Amino acid sequence: MSANIAEMERRREAARMGGGQKRIDAQHAKGKLTARERIDVLLDEGSFEELDMFVEHDCADFGMADQKIPGDGVVTGSGTINGRLVYVFSQDFTVFGGSLSKRHAEKICKVLENAMKVGAPVIGMNDSGGARIQEGVASLGGYADVFQRNVLASGVVPQISLIMGPCAGGAVYSPAMTDFIFMVKDSSYMFVTGPDVVKTVTNEVVTQEELGGAVTHTTKTSVADLAFENDIETLLATRNFFDYLPLSNREQVPERPTDDPFDREEPSLDTLIPDNANQPYDMHEVLRKVLDEGEFFEIQPAHAGNILCGFGRIEGRTVGVVANQPMVLAGCLDINSSKKAARFVRFCDAFDIPILTFVDVPGFLPGTSQEHNGIIKHGAKLLFAYAEATVPKITVITRKAYGGAYDVMASKHLRGDLNYAWPTAEIAVMGAKGAVEIIFRGKTPEEIAERTKEYEDRFANPFVAASRGYIDNVIYPHSTRRRIAMGLRKLRGKVLENPWKKHDNIPL
Amino acid sequence: MFKKILIANRGEIACRVIKTARRMGIATVAVYSDADARAPFVKMADEAVHIGPSAASESYLVPEKIIAACKQTGAEAVHPGYGFLSERTSFAEALAKEGIEFIGPPVNAIAAMGDKIESKKLALEAGVNVVPGFVGEIDDTEHAVRISEEIGYPVMMKASAGGGGKGMRLAYNEQDVREGFEATKREGLNSFGDDRVFIEKFILNPRHIEIQILGDKHGNILYLNERECSIQRRHQKVVEEAPSPFVTPKMRKAMGEQCVALAAAVGYHSAGTVELIVSGADPSGESFYFLEMNTRLQVEHPVTEAITGIDLVEQMIRVAAGEKLAMAQDDIGIDGWAIENRVYAEDPYRGFLPSTGRLVHYEPPVEPWADDGAANGRRGVEGIRVDDGVFEGGEVSMFYDPMIAKLVTWGETRDEAANLQVQALDAFRIEGLGHNVDFLSAIMQHPRFRSGELTTGFIAEEYPDGFEGAATSDHLKRALAAIVGVIATANADRAQRIDQRLNGRTAPPGDWVVTLDGRDYAVSLEEEGVTVDGVQIELEMEYTPGDVMIDVDVEDPSGGAGQSDALTIQLAPTRSGYTITTRGAKHALRILPAHIAHLAGHMIEKIPPDLSKFLICPMPGLLMKLHVEEGEEVQPGQPLATVEAMKMENILRAEKAGVVAKINAAQGESLAVDAVILELE
Repeated sequence: MSANIAEMERRREAARMGGGQKRIDAQHAKGKLTARERIDVLLDEGSFEELDMFVEHDCADFGMADQKIPGDGVVTGSGTINGRLVYVFSQDFTVFGGSLSKRHAEKICKVLENAMKVGAPVIGMNDSGGARIQEGVASLGGYADVFQRNVLASGVVPQISLIMGPCAGGAVYSPAMTDFIFMVKDSSYMFVTGPDVVKTVTNEVVTQEELGGAVTHTTKTSVADLAFENDIETLLATRNFFDYLPLSNREQVPERPTDDPFDREEPSLDTLIPDNANQPYDMHEVLRKVLDEGEFFEIQPAHAGNILCGFGRIEGRTVGVVANQPMVLAGCLDINSSKKAARFVRFCDAFDIPILTFVDVPGFLPGTSQEHNGIIKHGAKLLFAYAEATVPKITVITRKAYGGAYDVMASKHLRGDLNYAWPTAEIAVMGAKGAVEIIFRGKTPEEIAERTKEYEDRFANPFVAASRGYIDNVIYPHSTRRRIAMGLRKLRGKVLENPWKKHDNIPL
Repeated sequence: MFKKILIANRGEIACRVIKTARRMGIATVAVYSDADARAPFVKMADEAVHIGPSAASESYLVPEKIIAACKQTGAEAVHPGYGFLSERTSFAEALAKEGIEFIGPPVNAIAAMGDKIESKKLALEAGVNVVPGFVGEIDDTEHAVRISEEIGYPVMMKASAGGGGKGMRLAYNEQDVREGFEATKREGLNSFGDDRVFIEKFILNPRHIEIQILGDKHGNILYLNERECSIQRRHQKVVEEAPSPFVTPKMRKAMGEQCVALAAAVGYHSAGTVELIVSGADPSGESFYFLEMNTRLQVEHPVTEAITGIDLVEQMIRVAAGEKLAMAQDDIGIDGWAIENRVYAEDPYRGFLPSTGRLVHYEPPVEPWADDGAANGRRGVEGIRVDDGVFEGGEVSMFYDPMIAKLVTWGETRDEAANLQVQALDAFRIEGLGHNVDFLSAIMQHPRFRSGELTTGFIAEEYPDGFEGAATSDHLKRALAAIVGVIATANADRAQRIDQRLNGRTAPPGDWVVTLDGRDYAVSLEEEGVTVDGVQIELEMEYTPGDVMIDVDVEDPSGGAGQSDALTIQLAPTRSGYTITTRGAKHALRILPAHIAHLAGHMIEKIPPDLSKFLICPMPGLLMKLHVEEGEEVQPGQPLATVEAMKMENILRAEKAGVVAKINAAQGESLAVDAVILELE
């Protein structure tokens, strides 16, 4: 008996050492943690239960038969984050460079299948040189097996990808299929083809960091949602982030106790909107003063800053927040902001997270670059996402809600449940000046000015819309939190279903 | 007594005057510009009259508008506050013409003291010390020596046309004069084309001390002790106190009597202040000299109120109404010590650049305008008085003075008043714009401030390279590590109270490693309390997740014999810990559960990018002018761009030599804070 136990211990120990001390040291020297250390930081202490620790590859080509390391380059299993169940896989760069073999892929697939079965999120930590080339097509098949399960899991359980090392070639498409991607600055990159191939084919010279580093993907491409300084920051932030997410599409949003009163008043919001309609203000202030304890977990803060997306809590329960940001491009909608918000709204709807929308939008961004790059189709994404969403939707118009953008931003017409407006709201087809210049084309500047005043008096307020029932109520800004909290309480029993369909056909 | 008065001012001083008037049963009228429509003083007054656009020149500085407002509301008298029209003779005259009382001194006194040369002459005639000097033609070196000896060393020889430090020579003895006089003349001639030289006494260790005067219309004039305002930045007062740590009773009497004589010479009544320059190097206290007289209420008057118990605004109103002073010189005492700090919207971490904008959060340490029950709240609440004119959600506007509030503390002793300042500054929450709270706290804790060895050069001498936060003792750092341990444990505990848990609730981690300024602290929370590196620290604090301001009582046995501190900390979460602001500094603390803390060593410290090759816009503003072009070589200190903010033109200079590689902004562009204007290579 004791010999058997000793053998088990020996094998466990061998598996824990991964690619050996030398490779572990090399990993550390790059400022990176090992696959197991990452799991230690991510999960509650002692909660990790490993699966498939003794799995090995079955490749015999190119001398691989002699090189077997238990675990085969990925550590998989389950554990808890603040007590809630999560499935994880963590690629081990010290074992064959974290390369993906058939068995390696099978381990990941098992985690995904288990997670889907029981309804728990999956967090993947990617640190892999790519396909296990010695295995050839078997490795490719492994990738596709993972992709297929990512897709099936999409909308069933939340999937988060942490890119903590290389992730290149076909490997990028597994994270790309998941809900959120976080990257580590300077030590992670994602691209379909690397700088060498780029140089050969297009003669462009570019570094890995510039081509597919954390900064590139969180600012330019929006492939990734957030970038962090190092592994520990990334993992700790992921723990915080996880607390906002429902476990699956079968579970409600989590509830975490808070002492923040639901009816906390914020008198300073009554003076937030500047007298001058062209003067910006920071929408973050509204979010911080409305959400529990001023906490807002922002997604894609460095991309399309004209719209804010992220999670917060009201009375301890998760809400998704979408808000126009007047500080950037006056808060207008453009291609990037529409895509960013559309994807966020669809995530919330998929997982039954109520959506709060704060509106101060002067319209769509004009210009050939917008039109020629397809603002029609991209803008339609956000409209589509809001229109199909059946979760509780509460909208607060703080200032401008002009034109088509008014319709898009979770308006009453798109089945908004509660549509509030601050007294400073202006709901109109366009700004007064522009409107008057069309209606009274060719009139003198004095006349235009006079008519503008007239138009403003008539339409630059929330009451015309309220008189039609497009706005449910005009509210004091200071009472916004109470209104939203009460609204969400009442909407907990909301039942709304879209007609049966195989799936919709969102303009992609 | 008046039934209704108008306050021709704004902000904190308008609030302050309204408060006293209200206590006296006098109705108040506020006047306000566009920018002030939502301001507290407008709400506080019984009536308010709009007097025009935001620019002071079109509102607060227009006498006709003030007078029209008086007529409209039936105000019988006007309190001008400080600044604006307070020292304008034409305004006082115009009021007189309309039969409206001016709550201030007589017109002739304002006029006489408003003229620098005239006032000096008057002072001399009234027997007030003026800085000794010789203004006439100096024949030669021998003559210069004779003059210098009469004045007494050290003396300053200045080229008449000189300026900017050029053509100035200090002489400590006869030899210095002999060696330097001709050279000074030559410099004057070469630099300014004028070889005339004048000699005056050089004031060593200059201190700014001023005497508060109060007189009635019946010939009674008193001095209400002194205030010391030596702590100044670019001639702007920052800290004021009463009494002065330098002034002896004998000196006080001498100064007071001279200043009263001067006031009497111009038939003064109401409140006024005689500013003196005092040599801190002369322990006899006889080296004090007249600078100027301010014929109005001073910003720093509350410190005088706190130690004398006299409400100066009340006295001004009574005097204006013709009442006799109800006190005599012998009744004026000194009770305790008072210190005032001016909380400004300027950022000491960014070279004191002005910082206007919205007060996203504003919570003063005590209710402003609160009474301590002792008649008029001269000492506020438990020794802390806040005079302000702003509110959370309000704006510190670019149109007016960037003062946010005056924080006045009173204690039995100077140290007590200073300690109270430190506590109150800790508890001052201001967010949304840069402010100088940390800097003020640093001064209040500074050993030299505590010693009372002040000069007008204090700030320049003690912070020659700018300000980077107050010095922090190891004792305090240890306490912060313990505090952050408690906070992290509370947050971890709350995080585990989320629903949908797999197992029951588990205990939050109790062992942490806190990193502060590169040093690790092992923090443990046990039944008995908190230990840091094995030493138990007594902490008394209440923290609920989400709290920003937290009161903490710390007792650390290793910090000296039972050293205990009452701290207020301001907490902000970061990615891997918290930022704590307290005691005049911001501290970035990282905190990790002990079981993973050892992994932090593998993280590579990211060196922040070298920003010295970027010219970064330090404040939101308008790019007025670019002084360089792409490809141009620049030297350290060379002007690169001018940014206008708050109507101030700020010249941004090169930090190091280089070549302008790229210009990212165009002239006339509005820039956000931290916008990159140009890049050097």
